[in-house]
Amino acid sequence: MTLQYFLILAAALFCIGIYGLVTSRNAIRVLMSIELLLNAVNINLMAFSNYLDPSGIKGQVFTVFVITIAAAEAAVGLAIVLSIYRNRDTVDMEQFNLLKW
Amino acid sequence: MNLADGVQIVSFGVLALMMLGAALGVVLLENIVYSAFLLGGVFISIAGLYILLNAGFVAAAQVLIYVGAVNVLILFGIMLVNKRQNFVPLRNAWVGKATTAVVCLGLFALLGAMVLSTPWAISAAPVAGDTSTVVIGLHFFSDFLLPFELASVLLLMALIGAIVLARREFLPDALEREQTQQPVLTLPERPRELASVAPGSPDRTLGTSPTKRNV
Repeated sequence: MTLQYFLILAAALFCIGIYGLVTSRNAIRVLMSIELLLNAVNINLMAFSNYLDPSGIKGQVFTVFVITIAAAEAAVGLAIVLSIYRNRDTVDMEQFNLLKW
Repeated sequence: MNLADGVQIVSFGVLALMMLGAALGVVLLENIVYSAFLLGGVFISIAGLYILLNAGFVAAAQVLIYVGAVNVLILFGIMLVNKRQNFVPLRNAWVGKATTAVVCLGLFALLGAMVLSTPWAISAAPVAGDTSTVVIGLHFFSDFLLPFELASVLLLMALIGAIVLARREFLPDALEREQTQQPVLTLPERPRELASVAPGSPDRTLGTSPTKRNV
């Protein structure tokens, strides 16, 4: 049980999250991919907190902050998806071209 | 509270396999409801990893906030947005997917090489363990006090912002129209109802309907 296992696991989760973020076409699946990315960062912070700073666990404090901000992000993101769905009547990411040229 | 090494290795392997499999399911499955439930599996596996990292408080917070709040919120979002539609197939969609897969694998290789080649300064200090809740509380109210307060303000802003964004804006107009059109809609209906209820007595209906019409 070393630090490297957790870091490589977090890197794998991060890459899966980026793949889902780029390739998925459902807007809610994009939000889920963002949650995966934030959780990969959390695993990194917790591993560093346990192996590099085990007595003054600052990484766990940062993890609690990231969890808080992720909850706020999920609420606002879902509200944005709902209002886009009311306006455009779809959740397809390829048809959200309001800000395209 | 250190478990034996073999138990740690085995549970790490099981949790890692659960987490990676569920994360791949979240990204790759077609049905988004299955994806949402597998996302809960990812969160629970991550909570188990936190327990392996001697952090019981954050594991409990992970289960409460992610599985209990964020995942349920995403399920409600799916229910509100659930529209059975097939997306229009794009031309050359596989090019984007293949490119993204190659880039992600390259990023994983880069991160893995960085992790394996960096000499980490592993500390030998005693692990906080069960007293981690106390230590986190001390951090919150001494050297992380300003971010703590800012996080509470940010949660309030996100709450109000989500309500403002998700509210139906045409609701006041509908209420006004209903109030203004209510007498217009109901009064012409009443003589027909009375005529249909009592067809054999036309005098009473003719006598009562003008008074009701005036009211």
